[in-house]
Amino acid sequence: MSGDVCIVGVGIHPFGRTDGLSGLEQGVFAVREALADAGIDWPQIQFAYGSSDAAGNPDTMVERLGLTGVQFINVRNGCAAGGSALFSAQMAIKSGEFDIGLAVGFDKHPRGAFNALPSEYNLPEWYGDAGYMITTQFFAAKIMRYMHEHGISQTSLARVANKAFRNAVHAPHAWRREPVDMETILEAPLVSDPYTKYMFCSPAEGGVALILASEKKARELGKPLVRLKAATMRTRPPKSFEVFAPSIDIGGGKATATQIASADAFRMAGIGPEDIALAQLQDTECGAEIMHMAENGFCKDGEQEAWLAQGRTEIGGSLPVNTDGGCLACGEPIGASGLRQVYENVVQLRGDGGGRQVPGNPKTAYSHVYGAPGVSAVTILER
Amino acid sequence: MHVIAQGLITEDNPPHLIGGRERDTGRVVFPCPTGDRYEQVALSRTGTLWSYTIQRYRPKSPPYKGPEAFRPWAVAYVELPGEVIVESRLTDIAFEDIRIGMPLELTMIPLDPDAADPVMIPAFRPAGDAA
Repeated sequence: MSGDVCIVGVGIHPFGRTDGLSGLEQGVFAVREALADAGIDWPQIQFAYGSSDAAGNPDTMVERLGLTGVQFINVRNGCAAGGSALFSAQMAIKSGEFDIGLAVGFDKHPRGAFNALPSEYNLPEWYGDAGYMITTQFFAAKIMRYMHEHGISQTSLARVANKAFRNAVHAPHAWRREPVDMETILEAPLVSDPYTKYMFCSPAEGGVALILASEKKARELGKPLVRLKAATMRTRPPKSFEVFAPSIDIGGGKATATQIASADAFRMAGIGPEDIALAQLQDTECGAEIMHMAENGFCKDGEQEAWLAQGRTEIGGSLPVNTDGGCLACGEPIGASGLRQVYENVVQLRGDGGGRQVPGNPKTAYSHVYGAPGVSAVTILER
Repeated sequence: MHVIAQGLITEDNPPHLIGGRERDTGRVVFPCPTGDRYEQVALSRTGTLWSYTIQRYRPKSPPYKGPEAFRPWAVAYVELPGEVIVESRLTDIAFEDIRIGMPLELTMIPLDPDAADPVMIPAFRPAGDAA
């Protein structure tokens, strides 16, 4: 295939809680919106990759969309599921086998923290009995160490949450769209120190669909060319510090899957962090956004304190981060979450961001997910 | 003593945590995995606090087997010098006095302090000057 893989259609079902609508139905809603956006009908879709962690088999949506006999492959890959679906869709077109296809992700999780069992993670039963199978505990211990090593304050954590809810006011697909002031965030009950309840995202519901096409097909459709310059998915290196870790190697916690996925994505795209106009970085909790600013190469460890105080990651800043409020404001339906970031980047590159539009006609956008058990997926879009 | 699982601590008094040393690489992990790749090793009883948090809400059951009546507890990652960083409870210290880097030593505490024959779990407490 010559040219780039392009994103020619995007659709989203609003994130949050939608009683009476299954996760799959929210995925179907997003697909229909993406088809309309691309100006095509379902029978034109040549292949699909679908991701869902807890809301059933994505391929069963053919019953709703039409029994065209289309190739439809299900992807289950933890928090990188959406990114993996997108990567696979991209490769299907790059191979020359197909011209146009779909990456769709949706999910619907019960309220409250994710309920993990030791046996699902190759861990002994006592680890769960003692109360350690808790994602919030890990995230809190991880940022506590990072704050100690790099001089990050709890005020900086609060700035991230405050920005998320402010940005989400202008994002119709976001869940929590009311601004929350700094004082309220800092004085809210602690969930796991140093995080208060506003500093964690919640499991949620939602669906996202992206239609990908070869550059030739994209030109035929007459859509603005949003090019997928890189899509990577990587797993953890030695000495990483991941969720549900009864022990860590000495000197551990510094090497991450994100660093590998990010470096490889920049290499493929042939550009560097300084060339990125806006970024969606995994922010399942405030500290994640802060650590991921450095892990993705946008700043050095510790510089985030000044970046946040100076507003550099605000919509009008030098590197706007999580322009739709990210996971903190949208919640995290695992199968859809990574694709939401790419949806938001397409909206921004088309200039359709409304009240949250990044000024200056941005040409490049970056997305990053990270999750259990040490997986990361990155994309770079260019217009 | 009714320990939460077999193979976690040695039978010495006071006990040591039992880690696993990977035969090929010398890398130490906790707990000791089953199989031939790892040999059991008694870990240091003392170390320093690497990181921590406070568990402020009752974990879901299953899998949590702690008491229904919940009181927040501290969970620590403790660096055992030259060996490994282990996850454990942190005890005998007020939450506001916890400091990364503080010296700690191994002890055993009940999962449910009100139980008649409590299940015991590993914990670390302040050691030396910090005690």
